[in-house]
Amino acid sequence: MKYFHLIWAALLRRKTRTAFTLLSVLAAFLLFGLLDSVRSAFANAGAGVAGVDRLVTVSKISFTLSLPKSLLARIEALPGVSKVTYANWFGGIYQDPKNFFANEAVAQNFLDLYPELQLSTAERQAFRDTRTGALVGEKLAKRFNWKLGDKIPLQATIFPQKSGSNTWTFDLVGIFHEIDPKQVDRENVMVFNWDYFDEARAFGNGNVGWYITRVTDRNAAGQVAQAVDALSENSDHETKTQTEQAFNANLVSQFADVGLIVAAIMGAVFFTLILLTGNTMAQAVRERIPELAVLKTIGFSNRGVLGLLLVESVLLIVLGGAIGLLLAGIAVSTLKANVGASLPLSPVGGEIWLRGLGLMVLIGLIVGALPARRGMRLRIVDALAGR
Amino acid sequence: MSQRRSLWRQFGTALSTLVVLLAPIALLLVASWWLLCALLLLLALWLAGTRAGHQTWSVAQVGLLTIPQRLGSSLVVVVGIAGVVAVLVAVLAMGAGFEATLKQTGTDDTVIVMRAGAQSELNSVLDHDTAILVSQLPQVVRNADSQPMASPELVLVASLPKKATGMDANVELRGVGEPAWDLRPKLRITSGRKFKPGLRELVAGKGAQAQFAGMELGSTIKLNGQSWTVVGAFESDDAYDSEVWGDADIVGPVYRRGSSTTSVTVRLHAAADLDAFKAAIASDPRLKVDAKSTRAYYSEQSAGLSRFIRILGITVGSIMAIGAVFGALNTMYAAVATRTREIATLRAIGFRGVPVVLSVLLETMLLALLGGVIGAGLAWSIFNHYTASTLGSNFSQVVFSFEVSPALLWTGLKWALAIGFVGGLFPALRAARMPVTAGLREL
Repeated sequence: MKYFHLIWAALLRRKTRTAFTLLSVLAAFLLFGLLDSVRSAFANAGAGVAGVDRLVTVSKISFTLSLPKSLLARIEALPGVSKVTYANWFGGIYQDPKNFFANEAVAQNFLDLYPELQLSTAERQAFRDTRTGALVGEKLAKRFNWKLGDKIPLQATIFPQKSGSNTWTFDLVGIFHEIDPKQVDRENVMVFNWDYFDEARAFGNGNVGWYITRVTDRNAAGQVAQAVDALSENSDHETKTQTEQAFNANLVSQFADVGLIVAAIMGAVFFTLILLTGNTMAQAVRERIPELAVLKTIGFSNRGVLGLLLVESVLLIVLGGAIGLLLAGIAVSTLKANVGASLPLSPVGGEIWLRGLGLMVLIGLIVGALPARRGMRLRIVDALAGR
Repeated sequence: MSQRRSLWRQFGTALSTLVVLLAPIALLLVASWWLLCALLLLLALWLAGTRAGHQTWSVAQVGLLTIPQRLGSSLVVVVGIAGVVAVLVAVLAMGAGFEATLKQTGTDDTVIVMRAGAQSELNSVLDHDTAILVSQLPQVVRNADSQPMASPELVLVASLPKKATGMDANVELRGVGEPAWDLRPKLRITSGRKFKPGLRELVAGKGAQAQFAGMELGSTIKLNGQSWTVVGAFESDDAYDSEVWGDADIVGPVYRRGSSTTSVTVRLHAAADLDAFKAAIASDPRLKVDAKSTRAYYSEQSAGLSRFIRILGITVGSIMAIGAVFGALNTMYAAVATRTREIATLRAIGFRGVPVVLSVLLETMLLALLGGVIGAGLAWSIFNHYTASTLGSNFSQVVFSFEVSPALLWTGLKWALAIGFVGGLFPALRAARMPVTAGLREL
């Protein structure tokens, strides 16, 4: 630490060069922050500890196909099952298709299986009592400026009403809050009463889209899933049961291999970055060879010089990288606030910072290695003589 | 007072630098290839024909010939720009490929009819009577047997394992009747044969065959406990390639859909009849359906995702470009610094500022161009016709291939030149502004 001013002076030796290098490092880590935020958003969709004790049961042919409601009682009777609920995708549009958000019809006990969605007792009661009642997440309510008591009209894309009308109007009776900050995107959902939906829809009555089963012991989830599927084996509505986590992960992986795309881009970026800063460091060391020789003359050991140069390159990268990640964090939060909460971006938090810092140190060491070795090995006599 | 004036002057310099910087970049990014060729020709004429041109060329030659001496730092410019261009072109090619696949699907004179409000075929349900009513409308073309050219189709989704991951993904299963083939003249059977009506047989699109396991000719797949045999493969170079087709009358019951369908596609006498067709639908109270030309329907489906990919590509490209600009600046400042004495000598013996500026700029732009060519070449060789798939609006995989078109390669080269311009301009200006005496004294 006592040599910090020495390293600092070395960095400030050529201010423009250091500034430009810092800015390229900054650009690279800004990109890293943004892309890693996208990647974690996709990865977290399938993660989260909350989903491991819940099973999703959908039709084996495809999850777009419905299942008979008669399965409910049979699943509930299975050993190891604590609670079962069911839901159906509605796919309604609020005002304009661009305003997309998930909306689904859910059974009354839906919230019992999702304790992480918090709702006051009064609102819970109101949802139970209001036939046309609907609940939305905090983020969604904020996005459209909805308040309790608002009437929300949705245009049906799949289910017209029996009356032939395509417009369904719901009364907003509750706004729920997701307690896991990583899963806040769950607040972009609207749910409404199954009974109203099932009675009023023109077709499909009595069928459900999917079942959610909560198991008593999460270690036995596999056996329970098999038992659920066995119920409908060889019938005309075979099912496929997975943990909620696996189901979400599978759905996300169908969009694209986001991890692969991000890794490819970041590979190109960091390769360029290493070359670029490596060249700068080599230049910086080449210019300073006589100075390094002087340092050695006054008693700095070979290792000391190596350390000084390595710390210098790590410091350079960490400085630029940290500013880059900071900017990425600001960019993500402004994007989310202004463009739309449903953007697949997760906040630039601890994990991304940890990965980023790891990368910074690693790249700093790689970049500094060759020039630092050169500095360590130089012979005082040759260096001072300019040979 | 004088202080204020110098402030104003500084502001003016900054402003003019900005204009000098932004105008050529804007020009570069919007310029068409012939405009740039014309500029290049003018430059060549100027280099060959005028005294200043000769001077520029000889100074530039020295710069170019000494590149091997500072290979490492020159490589930074080339590789940095190659990276930007490769990533930019690859991402844009992904968006272009997806868009092209969907936009090539459909024609203006065929119309798809779905239930009112439905956004995609998967969301739509039409009962048998509606399908008949729609096909009997007068705007619909009739064939030689005076049957309407109308194809009621049932779009469903089947969950099958993907070849690459082994994980289940959704494939679009289209139940069709005989008229479906006539309505898609582009579609042709490439191997095997069409399915026989009444049998559990399937024909697979080229894309579906490539992405999903068990789609080879003669293999069977299980849908709801029943075995279906793949008897043929088809190709139509559009979104249908991602689908699997079977007989609607057999597919319907398996999915408990009875005789209902999801859409009816009809051929009109002319594309202009669409309005009359829509009016006919609106005037029939029994019909609660929407009609769109198939081209419009498929184009709409590509709009959201391809826009997202384009924004992603340009954002990532811009951030990388900023990084590359600073890399180039560093390199060229260093290059100018090592040539300080040489440039000062040139100025002392009568070379003017303009040739010095232009020669440094020329050198950077040539390095940038090399980087751009390498990057574009990389993107082209790795990603052209690279096949990928994503989840389309029917909740099923849409297979598409990256489209590295000449236009995209051109875009990549323009970005490379723009980066080279910014990266070279400031070092070039410094080289020209350097006081001759100070430069000569430099060691």
